[in-house]
Amino acid sequence: MPQAIPRSSAVRRSSSSSRASLAFAALSLLAAATSLAAPDAPAAAAEICDPSAVPIPSIFDPVSPPAAEIETLSWLLLGICGAIFVVVQGALVHAIWKYRASRAPQTSSGEPVQVYGSNPVELAWTVIPVVIVFVLTLTSVRLIREIELTSPPEGSLKVVVIGHQWWWEYRYPDQGIVTANELVVPVNQPVWLELHSADVIHSWWVPQLAGKTDCIPGHRNATWFEARKTGVYVGQCAEYCGNQHANMLLRVEVRDQAGFDAWVANQQSSPVDDPAVRAGREVFLALACQSCHDVAGVSDGAFGPNLTHLMSRATIGSGVAPLNLDTLRSWVNDPQVLKPGCNMPSLKLDDAQLDAVVAYLASLR
Amino acid sequence: MTTLSTTPVTEPAEAAREPLATRLHRWAITVDHKRLGIMYIASGLVFFVIGGLEAAAMRAQLARAGNDLISPQVFNQLFTMHGTTMVFLVGMPVLLGFGNYLIPLMIGARDMAFPRLNAFGFWLFLFGGLLLYFSYIGAQGLYGASVAPDVGWFAYAPLTDRTFSRGNSTDYWILGIMVSGFGSIATGANLVTTILCMRCKGMTLLRMPMMAWMMLVVGVLVLTALGPLTAAQVMLLFDRHLGAHFFDPQQGGSAVLWQHFFWFFGHPEVYILILPAFGFASEIIPTFSRKVLFGYPLMVAATVAIGFISLSVWAHHMFAVGMGPALNAFFSAMTFIIAVPTGIKIFNWIGTMWGGRIRFEPPMLFATGFVAMFVIGGLTGVMLAMVPFDWQVSDSYFVVGHFHYVLFGGTVFAIFGAIHYWYPKAIGRMLDRRVGVWSFWILFIGFNLTFFPMHISGLLGMPRRIYTYQPDRDLELWNLISSLGVPIQMLGVSLVIWNLVRSAFKGAPAGPDPWDAWTLEWSTSSPPPEHNFDASPAVGSARPLWDLKHPEDPDGRYE
Repeated sequence: MPQAIPRSSAVRRSSSSSRASLAFAALSLLAAATSLAAPDAPAAAAEICDPSAVPIPSIFDPVSPPAAEIETLSWLLLGICGAIFVVVQGALVHAIWKYRASRAPQTSSGEPVQVYGSNPVELAWTVIPVVIVFVLTLTSVRLIREIELTSPPEGSLKVVVIGHQWWWEYRYPDQGIVTANELVVPVNQPVWLELHSADVIHSWWVPQLAGKTDCIPGHRNATWFEARKTGVYVGQCAEYCGNQHANMLLRVEVRDQAGFDAWVANQQSSPVDDPAVRAGREVFLALACQSCHDVAGVSDGAFGPNLTHLMSRATIGSGVAPLNLDTLRSWVNDPQVLKPGCNMPSLKLDDAQLDAVVAYLASLR
Repeated sequence: MTTLSTTPVTEPAEAAREPLATRLHRWAITVDHKRLGIMYIASGLVFFVIGGLEAAAMRAQLARAGNDLISPQVFNQLFTMHGTTMVFLVGMPVLLGFGNYLIPLMIGARDMAFPRLNAFGFWLFLFGGLLLYFSYIGAQGLYGASVAPDVGWFAYAPLTDRTFSRGNSTDYWILGIMVSGFGSIATGANLVTTILCMRCKGMTLLRMPMMAWMMLVVGVLVLTALGPLTAAQVMLLFDRHLGAHFFDPQQGGSAVLWQHFFWFFGHPEVYILILPAFGFASEIIPTFSRKVLFGYPLMVAATVAIGFISLSVWAHHMFAVGMGPALNAFFSAMTFIIAVPTGIKIFNWIGTMWGGRIRFEPPMLFATGFVAMFVIGGLTGVMLAMVPFDWQVSDSYFVVGHFHYVLFGGTVFAIFGAIHYWYPKAIGRMLDRRVGVWSFWILFIGFNLTFFPMHISGLLGMPRRIYTYQPDRDLELWNLISSLGVPIQMLGVSLVIWNLVRSAFKGAPAGPDPWDAWTLEWSTSSPPPEHNFDASPAVGSARPLWDLKHPEDPDGRYE
């Protein structure tokens, strides 16, 4: 299994473009060789240091078993289909070139020899494809059985994923954690995702971790991955789910065990009750905020993302912007600016209320 | 070959003497399969331009990351209307229109079996299409909701539920498609009946032109597949307006059920859209290669096999749904299997060209382009049948690239080939050859520029149906190239249309058989008289005109 190699953000762009052009070359020129296919970037790399720099979610840069198996398979498929492409287009181009009217030999009747068919030739181009698709079918079945697990792998972390229009809810039943939009998991431990939807169909797709699986209301689905490398991996909803489908982004942070444990401990703690921001909490409770948002011990709205540890996240609005005081203020003032069409309305707060609420939210670490 | 026809070429000036209203009235009340065929194709081309402009608007929005040219709501309407238009209002009518025009001429019949039903089918299609587009005016209702359908062309539940789709845009989608679908069902029944019952003397099933075989299978698929779609749409209407819960998971319905119903229609539909294209190629390639179609019986067998197998591959659109390993494996295997008869066809076309004397007139350019592009679409289709690979690229731009190679590089190129091939027959005048060659190459380049990079965007993680994408994911370049191909394609399509219009007035008279071809439609005048043939023809082989032209070496000898 090709093991992905960590890269610094400095080499990130060039290396992934070279992968993209490789994909291009493989598809168009049908360079079939699988060995060519998994050229990894210069191994000169430390861990990703800049948290905002994340690798491109290419299916050719896997960091987890299902995605890595599929990557190997992709090169095999590109090789086989590339070879067929070369043979068929080669034959076509040869026929076009050799038998064009200006070159073809003249016959006495003015028409070329009429060939009605040939049993051996036709048998050949029936049987050979049959053999190829037989092999492909067996490969497909074997990999389906390997990847599509029906029960959680041994020792896995369980997370319930609930797709909403247009954000993600993550629940860790064993840890008692509820959070939103950013999945945090430990490295080298299988993660078992139970996929649900609160409204329409969504699809959970982080290409570097695993293929996509749909989140369908009323339909129990699951998928799994096991990240072999720490870092941030991105993806996005892959089933059209309405207005803001394009901004239903996915972000998975893979931490080392200590980092994950620290994150869990923080998420399990109660929110800080900072007297300095009481005014903001009053506004939060007095207005509609609390009817949609859950802050442990303060409000129990269930329609929008849980805000108990809001500031522990790196992004806002399911990934539309990095989370900082400016974007937070802009979002609370009018969410439709950053994410036009999202389901949170502008509450038309006056400046004093806005300052108070933002200060309160900023205290939720 | 003037000996083959006694009717002279109609002079357009003669017809022009009648007042415009009278002429239009003639078209409106016609039950002539040829006029209906032309109306199908012409209205299909109008919708093609509309659907193409919708696509161009989307590509303009996606030319760069984070663009705000088009709002998400409008974008979602654009891709819904583009997909719905291209499948139901372009592909189906144009292909069924060609079936209508050509089948009676090819099998030596006077008209279709049910001429009035035929006219009824056409008007249902046209009004269904207009109803769909009327949503831009009528769908908003009192909700201030979406004005045009925005649920995607396969309209997955429960996004179509009243909770998530307010207003009436989804109802327009349902009813517009349903009405035009009734028209398609009528045409399907008509085609099957005509082909089975109205062949001329001597034309056994195995002497039919390949096009007739393709349309026979298409007719059967239309009858099999459109019924379930109509039924599912009725159920969806019940859900939306009568409180039923077929597809509503909150009330015990199933969202997955809609997908099964839809794709049970949707995948045979893909073959409804590609088999007539195979038919065009199977007529054009032999004529311009000057050779008989290679392996006719195997070609027939492959066509019928595709017809059957296409009914058992539908759930390969649903590998990410979580159907379980057993169903995934079954539909994967069936999808691989259907590649075999499809491959046979490609090999047989190349076998036909092999050893021929190929004349690259515009119809042959488009037909060859069709084979080359369809090979790519077919191969990415094989890749998509590999379930784990599909888990990665399903619903990504890779799939968008794949099906445009099948339906644009495949079907649309074949349609343009067919238009260039049969235009002289239908209009009586030749298309301009130089413009034809230019439009082919321009379209060929524009098409590949737009659709090839989509495979790469998909492999880099870009899902379909997004109105904007993130910067710094290496998507900008590929999307920009895709968008740059659009004006080139628009130029190519404009050239084709200009050629069609101009040649109707200025083209050189075609005569009955401009391509020196071998099937029956070339034995009557161009355009053919309303009764098609002065005397009912009789044939002794699959190539009756070859027999006439080469009495020393008739085809029947090799049957």
